[in-house]
Amino acid sequence: MKTTHILPMPLSDRWLIGLACLVFVALALLPLVASALVVDKLTLLFILIMFAVMWNLLAGYAGLVSVGQQAFVGLGGYAMIRLVEAGLPPFPAIFMGAALTGLAAWVLSWFVLRMKVGEFAIATWVIAEAIRAVVSFDPLIQGETGTSLVALNAYAPEIRRLTVYLLALASMGVMIWGTWRLLHGRIGAQSQAIRDDEGAAASVGISTFQVKQRIYIIASVGCALAGALWLASAITFQPRTAFGVQWSVFMLFMVLVGGLGTFIGPILGALLFFALQEIFGDFGAWYLAGIGIVAIVFALYLPRGLVGLWLDRGCDEPLSMRKRLGLAPGQTPRA
Amino acid sequence: MASMTAEPMLEARGIGKSFGALKVLHDVDLRVMPGEALGVVGPNGAGKTTLFGAMAGAFPISSGTIRLAGQNLSGSNAAERCRMGLARTHQVPRPFTGLTVFENIHVAAVAGAGLSITEATTRATGILERTGLTAYANRPAGALGLLDRKRLEVARALATGPRVVLLDEIGGGLTEAELDELIALIQGLQAEGLTIIWIEHILHALLRVVTRLACMAEGRILAEGDPRDVIAHADVQRAYLGSSPE
Repeated sequence: MKTTHILPMPLSDRWLIGLACLVFVALALLPLVASALVVDKLTLLFILIMFAVMWNLLAGYAGLVSVGQQAFVGLGGYAMIRLVEAGLPPFPAIFMGAALTGLAAWVLSWFVLRMKVGEFAIATWVIAEAIRAVVSFDPLIQGETGTSLVALNAYAPEIRRLTVYLLALASMGVMIWGTWRLLHGRIGAQSQAIRDDEGAAASVGISTFQVKQRIYIIASVGCALAGALWLASAITFQPRTAFGVQWSVFMLFMVLVGGLGTFIGPILGALLFFALQEIFGDFGAWYLAGIGIVAIVFALYLPRGLVGLWLDRGCDEPLSMRKRLGLAPGQTPRA
Repeated sequence: MASMTAEPMLEARGIGKSFGALKVLHDVDLRVMPGEALGVVGPNGAGKTTLFGAMAGAFPISSGTIRLAGQNLSGSNAAERCRMGLARTHQVPRPFTGLTVFENIHVAAVAGAGLSITEATTRATGILERTGLTAYANRPAGALGLLDRKRLEVARALATGPRVVLLDEIGGGLTEAELDELIALIQGLQAEGLTIIWIEHILHALLRVVTRLACMAEGRILAEGDPRDVIAHADVQRAYLGSSPE
């Protein structure tokens, strides 16, 4: 019997995907019955999930540990404001702004992707700060004062809220599905090989720069889209907030707590972070200290994140990216 | 036997490599004919692995030219050289630890040989069997022992569909029985016409495979030719084998 097939997706994963589809449909219908507050909160949750999924793609699957993704969060919002100023309707401007930010990421990639781990992390942060300073000089932004996306006031608050909610839900769905497809394709294994050993990856024919560049641009566009959606719900754009390092810290927290380099981990991490924000968000500085303590506890006792709870019990990673080969009888793994 | 009138499969001419003020390779010339198995020996620090790195495109060379089947490799990076048919193994195995053994080979077949997912699966399966790794196919590569990590190095190189394979001390640390397995594998590859350059300290293993031998010391080729002649060469005796012929 020949062993020339890759095993199909486990049944448990199929059930999980089916459940996720049902949740997605339920979320799409939820505004029919949910209050404005719930819709706003869920919009924020979708945005957080987008951030986590994109940062995990970058750091967890390609080893590109960026602490400067806020550059693209801010640029997404800024591009949206500029496009609206140029006469584009606000909602199409969300997507056009994200696409333009992808162009900026392409330009930046030629510099930052030539750097190694530590240098890369620092460079991304420095670049984010530099972009924030440049954007602050734009008269439209009025320095640190910022500006508001007043064009959104043309829509009734209910319509605006519902549109942003549905756009955020759809964007999140596309990002999760797109990441799944991407990681199951050629680029998925290649990016993980680069993450594990870039030199060895090149020696087996992987164009390391091109693969990293593609991942970097996709993650940047994703963060820009999430950033623009956040602006569409918050309306006010202030450079210090939009380009704040807190975005990268949130992304890092969600991914590490959920499970770096796992597909489902960032989503779980975003849910936990959202819950912590909702429960303890009113405690000011104590809330931030609490977030730090949670991060320390996870680093010490659950380094593989929430997904580690499955793995530590000997269970397979849910929605794993692993390609498993069907082994014929007699070819079972040796002890 | 390889014809000496044919074009070399791999040819290095005047290769020099410096790391800062340290010159590691001095005008090294090396050529290997299609289907030939060339052994490279020399003391530690002779520049053998650096020569492999230079030929495989792991870093730019300071001087000289490298040609693969007549094609100048200058300006091509490691990935491009691999896709052109020049594969290598590493002295210290470098598996992709987060991927399974099967995925390690599969990703090399997709990227290095340009195969589709299905074609790569077929190739990876064949290579798993050939290298004795089938039973470990679904294991994380990081969990393998030394012998299997070395097997995986060879398997991954083969998955790229090479014309030339550079083997860097793949016999080190293995038992005699394990070494016999490895030699049988390499002899099989040689019989299929694959061109091989093998760096190895275990001379008796190397001499069972190679038809020609080169000895390096201090970044230079000391002697090159028939293995017996090279071993008997006075400079080789002095620099590598630690004795001087009377």
